[in-house]
This record gives sequence, C-alpha cells and structure tokens, in this order.
Amino acid sequence: MHPVVKLVAQRLALSLLLLLAASILIFAGTMILPGDVAQSILGQSATPESLANLREELGLNDPPVTRYFDWLFGAMQGDLGTALTNGRDIAESIGQRLSNTLFLAFWAAIISVPLAILLGLIAVRYKDRWPDKLISGVTLASISIPEFLIGYLLMYYLAVQLGWFPSVAMINDGMSLGQKLQSIALPVIVLTLVVLAHMMRMTRAAILNVMQSAYVETAELKGLSGFQVIYRHAFPNAIAPIVNVVMINLAYLVVGVVVIEVVFVYPGMGQYLVDHVSKRDVPVVQACGLIFAAVYILLNMIADIVSILANPRLRHPK
Amino acid sequence: MSDTLLKVRDLKIGATVYPPGEKPHDIEIVHGVSFDLAPGKVLGLIGESGAGKSTIGLASMAYGRGGVKITGGEVWVNGRDILKSSVRDIRNLRGAEVTYVSQSAAASFNPAKKIMDQVVEAAVEQKKFSRKEAEERARTLFSKLGLPDPDNIGSRFPHQVSGGQLQRCMTALALCPEPDLVVFDEPTTALDVTTQIDVLMAIKEAIRDTGVAALYITHDLAVVAQVSDDIMVLRMGNMVEYAHTDQIINSPKEEYTQALVSVRSIEHEEKKPTPEPVLSVKNITARYKGLNFDVLKNVTVDLHPGQTLAVVGESGSGKSTLARVITGLLPPSEGQIDFVGRTLSRDLAGRTREDLRELQMIYQMADVAMNPRQTVGTIIGRPLEFYFNIRGAEKRKRIIELLDEIELGEKFMDRYPAELSGGQKQRVCIARSLAAKPKMIICDEVTSALDPLVADGILKLLLDLQKIEDVAYLFITHDLATVRAISDSIAVMYQGKVQRYGSKSEVLSPPFDDYTDLLLSSVPEMKLGWLEEVVAHRKMESAGN
Amino acid sequence: MKNIPISALIGLFLTAVYFLMALLAPIIAPYGMAEVVGDVWEPSSSKFWLGTDNIGRDLLSRMIYGGRTTIFIATAATIISFVTGSVLAFFAAVMGGWVDQVLSRFVDLIMSIPTLIFALVVLSVMPVTIPILILVMGLLDSTRVYRLARAVAVDISVMDYVEAARLRGEKIGWIIFREILPNALSPLIAEMGLRFIFAVLFVSTLSFLGLGVQPPEADWGGIVKENKEGIVYGIPAALLPAVAIATLAISVNLVADWVLNRTTSLKGGRG
Repeated sequence: MHPVVKLVAQRLALSLLLLLAASILIFAGTMILPGDVAQSILGQSATPESLANLREELGLNDPPVTRYFDWLFGAMQGDLGTALTNGRDIAESIGQRLSNTLFLAFWAAIISVPLAILLGLIAVRYKDRWPDKLISGVTLASISIPEFLIGYLLMYYLAVQLGWFPSVAMINDGMSLGQKLQSIALPVIVLTLVVLAHMMRMTRAAILNVMQSAYVETAELKGLSGFQVIYRHAFPNAIAPIVNVVMINLAYLVVGVVVIEVVFVYPGMGQYLVDHVSKRDVPVVQACGLIFAAVYILLNMIADIVSILANPRLRHPK
Repeated sequence: MSDTLLKVRDLKIGATVYPPGEKPHDIEIVHGVSFDLAPGKVLGLIGESGAGKSTIGLASMAYGRGGVKITGGEVWVNGRDILKSSVRDIRNLRGAEVTYVSQSAAASFNPAKKIMDQVVEAAVEQKKFSRKEAEERARTLFSKLGLPDPDNIGSRFPHQVSGGQLQRCMTALALCPEPDLVVFDEPTTALDVTTQIDVLMAIKEAIRDTGVAALYITHDLAVVAQVSDDIMVLRMGNMVEYAHTDQIINSPKEEYTQALVSVRSIEHEEKKPTPEPVLSVKNITARYKGLNFDVLKNVTVDLHPGQTLAVVGESGSGKSTLARVITGLLPPSEGQIDFVGRTLSRDLAGRTREDLRELQMIYQMADVAMNPRQTVGTIIGRPLEFYFNIRGAEKRKRIIELLDEIELGEKFMDRYPAELSGGQKQRVCIARSLAAKPKMIICDEVTSALDPLVADGILKLLLDLQKIEDVAYLFITHDLATVRAISDSIAVMYQGKVQRYGSKSEVLSPPFDDYTDLLLSSVPEMKLGWLEEVVAHRKMESAGN
Repeated sequence: MKNIPISALIGLFLTAVYFLMALLAPIIAPYGMAEVVGDVWEPSSSKFWLGTDNIGRDLLSRMIYGGRTTIFIATAATIISFVTGSVLAFFAAVMGGWVDQVLSRFVDLIMSIPTLIFALVVLSVMPVTIPILILVMGLLDSTRVYRLARAVAVDISVMDYVEAARLRGEKIGWIIFREILPNALSPLIAEMGLRFIFAVLFVSTLSFLGLGVQPPEADWGGIVKENKEGIVYGIPAALLPAVAIATLAISVNLVADWVLNRTTSLKGGRG
C-alpha cells in the first residue's frame, strides 16, 4: 500500500477512536462524577419520591455501561433523546440551530481566513518594521480580551452609538439571505476579530519558517524576483502549515461561537447548550458536547491529513 | 573586457549581533580584503570558522546572509562594480554570471519540486537557454558529474537521491546557466570521505571542461590544494596570506599558514599490546529497537591499558553504536564485554558505581555535553563529590589541579560553558572525565566539531594526559589523520562489522582489503596532484580487474 | 536586575498593582461589595468614580472586589494546573515507556474536546462553587501544561549532559532537579504567565455565561453579565471589565515574553 494511503487511513481510524473515547468522557463527565444528576436537577428541597421517579425516568438505576451504550447507539442512529426541561426531541431542536451556527461560522471563516493570510504575508514582508509591529500589537490586544467583551465593545460602539448594525442577531427562515447577512454582521465581525489574531500570528510564523530555509536562499541566488521566490519556492512548502493553521483556528472558531451566540442572542447551538447547562438538562448537554467535539476532532483531522498529503517525502517515497 | 573576471578591493562586511541581555549592535566581520580572479581560474578561500570566508564568497553575488551587510569596498564582476548596481542588475547577475553551490545540498533544494525543474530554473529564467536546451545541458552535466541514470535522475525529488548525488546535482544546478564564476561553499564538507573524493573529482573536471572560474571555500587545506590555482588564507576577517597554491602548500611564509599546513604532525610511537587488556569486547551483536537489522555484527576488539584503540569508519558504520553498547546505554543482543577483569552488565542499571567511575566518556559536541546552568567548577567537581566524596577546600584544590592539567587554570572555575570557546569546552569535558580517575575513556569524535588547530591542541593534550594518568582511550573517529596521530591499534568498521583490526602499523600497511584501501586512499593529502594520482591509480586498478 | 527592558518593567509594575489591589480590596474599596449605595446606573461622579451598577452598587468597589475574586480563582487554578501538569510531565519524560504512553495518550484525549465545552459538560452536573470551579479549570488546563512541560523535558533529557549524568550513575532525583529543571525553568515560568491569562479569560467567560462565580459575589465576568442590558441604552458599565482584563493580560504577557527571551541567554543562571 502507498504510504500516504496508509497514513491517511491510520489518521482516520485514530479520529474515530478519539471520537469514541470523547463520547465516553462526555458521558462519564455527566454521569459518574460526584453529585447525583436527579438531585442537582430538582435541587435540595426535592422529595424522595420525586427523586426516585426522576432517577427511574433517566434510567439512572441501570448500570452506567448499559446506559452509555444505549445512549451511543441512539446517537449513531440520530436519536439524541429528549430534553428533560421541555420533553422535546433533541435531534429536532438541534437541527435548525446547528445550521444557524454553521451559517455564522461559515461567514466568519470566509472573511477571516483570506484576511489572516493576507495580514500574515504583510507582516512577513515588513518584518520588524511598523506594519508588522502594528499588526502584532493589535493582535496582542485582541488576544488579551475575552470574546464576549469584544462582542459588547463592538455592540456598544457600532450598534448602539453609531447604529450601523442591529444589536441582537435574530434570524429565521422567512428572511432573505441579505437580511440574514445584515442581521449577523456584528457577530461575524466579532468572530473574525477573535480568530484573526491567532490565525495571523500562526500564519506569520509558518511563512517566516519557510522563508528562512536554505532553498529560498538558493532561489534568491538564482536571481529570481521576490515574487517568483515566494510564488515558486516558498508557497508550495507553506501550503501545508497554513492549511494547518486555518483548520486549527476554525476549530477554535467553533468554540468561540458558543459565547458569541449568547452575547447576540443568536438562535444557535451555543445558546442552546449554555441555556441547558444552567437548567442542568443533561441529555441536551451531552448531545451538544458530542457534536462540538465531533466538529473539533474532524477539523483537526483534516489539518493532519493535509499535512500528510502535502509532504513530498510521503507522496514520492524512495 | 578586462582579463580579471572578479576584482575585490578593500571589502568590508558588517553584521548585526544580538547578544543576550544587551542591545543589538553592528560589528565588522570582514576588515578590508582584496583579491583578483582571472577567467577560468580557481581561487581557494581557506580559514577556520569565523574567518569570514563564506561571507566573502556571497559578497561576490552582492548577497548578505541574515543580518550581514556589505559596508565598504568594491566588488567588480565583468568590469562593473556590483555593489553600486541596481537591484535589477544584481538579479540579472545572480544565476547567470555568478552561481552558488552550498554546503548542504539537502537543505538547498526545494523539497517540493523535481530536481530537473530546479537545475534548469536559473538558466531558463535568465534567458540563457530555452527550457529544452537547458534540460539537454543538465543531462550532459549529470552524466559528466558521474550521476547514475543521468537521463532520468532529474525527474526525481531531492529526498529520493543520496547526499553525495544531491551535492553533484547542486553543482549541475550551478553550471547549467553557463556562468562565468561559481562560488563553491564547502561543497564536500558534509560528505563521507570516500564520497568526497568522487564529488571533488567531479567538480574539478567540470570546472576544467567548462572553463568556468571558481571561488572554492573550505576549512580543509588539503582539499583546496587539489582544486585551486591560488589560495587566500583568512583569519578573523583578515587576509593572512595570498599566493599560488604551490607556494602556500610547500613554502608558506606566515606562521599561521605554516601551522595549518603542518597540522596533524603529531608523532606518536606505537605501543605493544599487553597480555591483560583493560577492555575486551567479545562477539558483540546489537540492534536498535524498531530496526530490523543488526547495527553491530559480531564485533570483537581489545583495548590495552594506557593505550589508544581507534575505531574508524564512515557514517553508518556502527562506530558510535559500539560506544553506546560499551557504556551500557544499548544492551547488546549477543556477546560479552570484559572490563578490568570483570564482565560488565549488559545494561546501565546493572553496573556498579566502580564500573561507571572507571569507564568515562567524552562527547563530540562539548557545548551540549555540559549543563549550561552549571559553572565549570560544579561540572568538574561533581565526579569528585559523587565518586570520592571529596568536598570543600579539598575539592577546590583538586578542581584547580585538574584545570591546570587541561591548561586552563583557576580563573575558569566560576565561568559558565557559554563563556568558553569550543576548544576550552572540550578541555573542561576532558577534566570532568579525568576527575573520576578512570581506567578508560571513550572519546566519541571529540575533535570533529573543532577547527584543525584547536583539534590539534586537544589531541596533544589527550596524549600528554595518557602518559601522566595511564588511561586508555577508545577513540571513535571518521578522520584518518587523527587515527594516524594518536592510535596504538586500529579497528576499521564498515556496515556494522570490523573490517580490519590490529596494531596501527599492521592496519596501515599493505596488503589491504578493498574497503580499507578505498578509505585510506580517499583521505586528502596535503600535496599537489594527489587527487589525480589517486583517481589514475583507481582507474588502473579497475582496468586491471 | 539592570537589564530589564522597559516593557517588562511596565508589565511587572501593573501586574504588581493588580495583585496588591486584590490583596487589599477591603481597605481600598470605597464601599462594600454588595452594598446598594445609589440609584441604578448612576454616571461617574465624585461620589462614585465609575458610577453605579444595575442595582445601584458602587462599580469601583465591585470592580476591586471582582478583581480579587477573578485573580484569586485564576491564581489557584494556575497553581493546580501547573503542579499537576508539570509533575506528571517530568515523571512521564524521565520514566518513558508505558507510563509516558498512557499519560500522553490520555492528555491527547482530553485535549481533543474543546476546553470550554468540556467545562460546560462537567459544570452541568456539578454544583457551581468556587472550589469546584478552581478544580475543573485547573485540571482541564493542566493538560496544556503537561504538553509543554513534557516537550521541554524530553528535549532536555536527550542532551548529552543528561546522558553524562546517567553514565555517572546519578539518581533520578538529581537528574530531574539538578540537570533538567534548571534548564526548563524559563519556558515553564513564561508558560505560567500565559496559563494565568487564560485562566482569567476562562473564569470571566464562565461567569459571563452564568456558570462561574455566582451572585452576589462579584467577579469581572459577572459584572459584564449584570450590566449587559445597559449596553443597549448606551450605558458602558459592562465594558469596564474589558479594560481591567486587557491591561492585566497584556501586563502579564509582557513579563512572560521577557522571561522567555531570557531563555536564550544561557550565561549561567545569574542573568
């Protein structure tokens, strides 16, 4: 078998294994830790009967292993159980919200990825001069403020003071794409700012690393122009690290979404998750946790696979 | 056009240094160097590290590596001062009139592109040849440089060919655009000695056949003597001596040059084996975890008290693995090691403190062999404390004695490794192993990372200490000159086996086996015409077979 | 100490100011933490320097007490993450073999789930008290410390001077504490700064989501949550913690950068 195929297959298998292990952890995290779920749902004043009823209803009297496999097989068939708080089917509730979240993350990615690469290139081109220092100063500042505060800062200045955007991001199926985009503009800007800083810094480091290699010097000593050196020699080797950076930051973005949705009261997965954590609605939390973990593991896997595919030593073995 | 291709006048080069804890500042690293190079001639630039030779070579392409800047002087190529040329003119010069061959071809080839694309790139880009012509030229060069399968090697990726082959591809890359001048920057330094001779001959013939001029930069005078017409000796950014190769080699004027020429002139009388060896390695076979072949195969050697056994071989011969097996870091799969009459445990954990004390080791890279956070005093003092429980004033006295023995003295006691030169660091490592009063020291390529004159000092010191302390050395090296200088007996290793073993005079006298012959005859000698002699001799032999 | 760059000095100074304010909160704060002393969202005045909050408490006092809580939780979580992470990492690096494999794979697994999501999952069933918060944050973050500390320790443990110590017959304790630790200290201390910042951001985020410090206890994230409705009416009270968090984070960052840069200066441990 070609080594690339083998490595990719191994990486795929590893991801599946990780996902499985993550599902165990998520399950164990909610079920086996100290503190009885039924107790924490009903609070200290609950009567013994109601506690017993709830335990029965949640299947808490079954052994944990049985409960885990029931849950896992259900999840694999798209049955995520029902929410404790309102008795609704979780898969159904998540469906619409997941697509809302992906819609938000998608537009944030579309804007932030090219921008980060462009800024990274500018920072490398003007390394240690003022554009580089300005960019790194701004990114340091934006890394130092939590996402939700960036959200409120922009909301305060752009939405409330200047009135450019709505301060909450409501969307529904009746809206046209344009209306939707206008509605999510502010959260998209915030998310872009949040991932931009990390992505830009990592892109800069990745490109600098390639630019300092001996083959770039060889290219310069061939009399190639700056553009030719970058396009022909640096770029082919920088693709893999940059794609890696992008994927890792997209994974980061997926998590950033959780907080931003709460700030802008956006009807997505994050909002749903946080709501149900406070309500201690365990099945919903498990389902959301599993989905977020799956997306995160998937993106990390893509990053690794791109690195494998881009490595000439692996693509063209001896 | 003038009869001078390259004319350098009063060249000054500066660099920005970033000393830790201080503000970055500029220093001058080349202080006004001048020379001329006529078309078709070869000038050798020779010097130790820090002499500024690579920097001068790159200056002939108006290039400064890293923070290096050309600060003064003139560099005339084909009648124009390139330091005053526009960016566009310099770009047209690079890769067309002047090209470059670097020390590490493996790093200098783009890993993502095929060799042919990279070899012809400059020629096509500078409009010297069409792509088709350039490829044709490249194939001719591949064949002239002795590369296997010259018609197809270009379609491979750099990692798919060996180091020696890649170095020749790099030479093809430099010659492809038909330049007037090629800068060779230590092109054979990273190669094994038996590979070096082939690459060297290939380069020399290519220079002769194409009539190109060359700047040949190296730290090895014997190598540069084979290829250059003139030699310039550099030291700390200054010109020391500049003359015909013949004069530099045979009648050097300056003291520094004389020292370089006479390096490795250490005389050492071979001692006879004793009945009781201090170390006896018997039938050792070993392999690393995860490898499916033996790195050492049935190795048997003896080392006699107060003597030196040189273990010589090229990379991959298993010589360093032998050291790991003897120290117990790599337990052998078969065989036995006897040391001062006892059989040693296979692994480190099973050895007694006495075993460990009597068998010491010195490493190739002295700067990573010492903890950067400990002072010289602590480093040397630790074995005294650890093995003999010597403390306080007595320890201090003993440390000073040891510092005197390695010719450094008391003032070094409170210094940190980072404050020492390469040679001084290695001396401290020697003192640390002597502090344990060992019966035997394993020296693993201890002089390979040092400049020749410094290395020479270390070897002399080791020999002197051997007389005083009566310690035996297992001396691992790839350098035959070192072997000649210090050994009493020699083991030649090749592909994990002991190819030839015996006293120095036996091993170094004919009749030889094929490998030892190849190895011995490949070591560059400090005389003109050596390369041609060897190559002619080999051709005759292969014709005879 | 004469070679400290100006940026690191500023960082050190501001960090010290914040920690002092946290320690001396009851003395410095003009009013009590939960004391209602004025109207809702009063603007800043000589009486209330930063104005009042959503139920009329003095914001400056809330900020000072909030800083105390935030910094305390972050410090405690950092200590836990550091001790757990680096001890396990050094142990794994020196022992090698299956100990290393088991620990490292387990850490990989924890890190395959985003920290915030994992924390939310755990906090959905645990009572949200400050000790639990510290423990959850500290343990989750110890995986990051483990990764770094292991990488640093493995890099150092293959150095020839460590091999030389092994060949000398030194005990494992000497190797860890005399050979490896002194050389690992700088990157670890720099990382400690970054982990602390992360802990401040993290606890603020949790409190903002209502899953961290519970009212009436104040902390910076909580202050945002309490005053966020004001934003829509143009009242910037909720933005105050941004200034505090950002200046603290940047100050610590500057100090961490300086410590890390000193790593390259290996003129002994005196620098």
